[in-house]
Amino acid sequence: MTDMRTPLGKVRGLGSAKDGTEHFWRQRVTAVANVPLTIFFIGLIIALNGASYDEVQAALSNPFVALLTMGAILSALYHMKLGMQVIIEDYIHDDAWKFLLVMLNTFFVASVGLLSVFALLKLAFAG
Amino acid sequence: MVELALPKNSQITGGKTWPKPEGAKNLREFKVYRWSPDDDANPRVDTYYVDMDDCGPMVLDAIIYIKNKIDPTLTFRRSCREGICGSCAMNIDGTNTLACTKGMDEIDGAVKIYPLPHMPVVKDLVPDLNQFYAQHRSIEPWLQTTSPAPETEWLQSHEDRQKLDGLYECILCACCSTSCPSYWWNGDRYLGPAALLQAYRWLIDSRDEATGERLDDLEDPFRLYRCHTIMNCAQACPKGLNPARAIAEIKKMMVERRV
Repeated sequence: MTDMRTPLGKVRGLGSAKDGTEHFWRQRVTAVANVPLTIFFIGLIIALNGASYDEVQAALSNPFVALLTMGAILSALYHMKLGMQVIIEDYIHDDAWKFLLVMLNTFFVASVGLLSVFALLKLAFAG
Repeated sequence: MVELALPKNSQITGGKTWPKPEGAKNLREFKVYRWSPDDDANPRVDTYYVDMDDCGPMVLDAIIYIKNKIDPTLTFRRSCREGICGSCAMNIDGTNTLACTKGMDEIDGAVKIYPLPHMPVVKDLVPDLNQFYAQHRSIEPWLQTTSPAPETEWLQSHEDRQKLDGLYECILCACCSTSCPSYWWNGDRYLGPAALLQAYRWLIDSRDEATGERLDDLEDPFRLYRCHTIMNCAQACPKGLNPARAIAEIKKMMVERRV
């Protein structure tokens, strides 16, 4: 089939989505948050290296440790979700696949996030 | 999915080696992409030898030498031969640039010349830039005002005029946009560095009164936000401009008007 639309018609397409800045801004905000949170998280992992279950549980019962760990997980996951969405939009051009993968990306991040938070709360409040 | 390999009819086959000019002592080898819509053949890379004692110093001089003295069927665009018209943009030695301002002394070994990447080829080194021009048209690159026009010209301070430096020099040669991987993958929806640099040129023009509408039209996950700061645009620009910076400034304006 020959496409007889004008080049300008094709470029204008469906028009501007008037969106994207929120995504851009959240990506930057979580990137900034990830710097201290990731440093804390790596420090925590090193500090708890070789520790017993009880010691880990005791450390996570501390509200500061629990909240910072949760912050690290949530901020990193949200940042990951935003980044993965951009990659999907970049490379997947078939609409059906794109919608499906963008949705699965959200489901995956939500599942990992919920599981992590539940596990963390269980540990934090078990003592 | 993104096509990572060329379609079968675009795969490049071995080309013809043209005879060396007789009596020439100072030869330079050129490998040039050839494709014609007039037959069903795949594209090929032809080899030419240019007599450097009989040719100017720029790559464009050599291509003109080839067309005049070796192979009149070689097709390319050129006009001003001094880097102001943007016609002779092509991929030379792996980088998009203007053949007329690229010196052959800047290149080691054989000079490899291809059309601008990832655009439909009309013939040989001539790409189809209709979409590229339409993208420029879509950002409405002219002064837009609502205030009654002054009797003479719209006034602008020296400081405000200086904000256009590094932007107004763009000659729309398409070297930047066609060097951008994001433009390769999503050129149908992403406006590309050239159109966005032009968009910014009008966004920061102190005389323009349509800044908000311009930003509205650009605010889109694809039109603007496909730029991932890869910086190929700034690397390629034969005029030394920085479209990536202009795009970053547009993103800053987007944030500024809502935060």
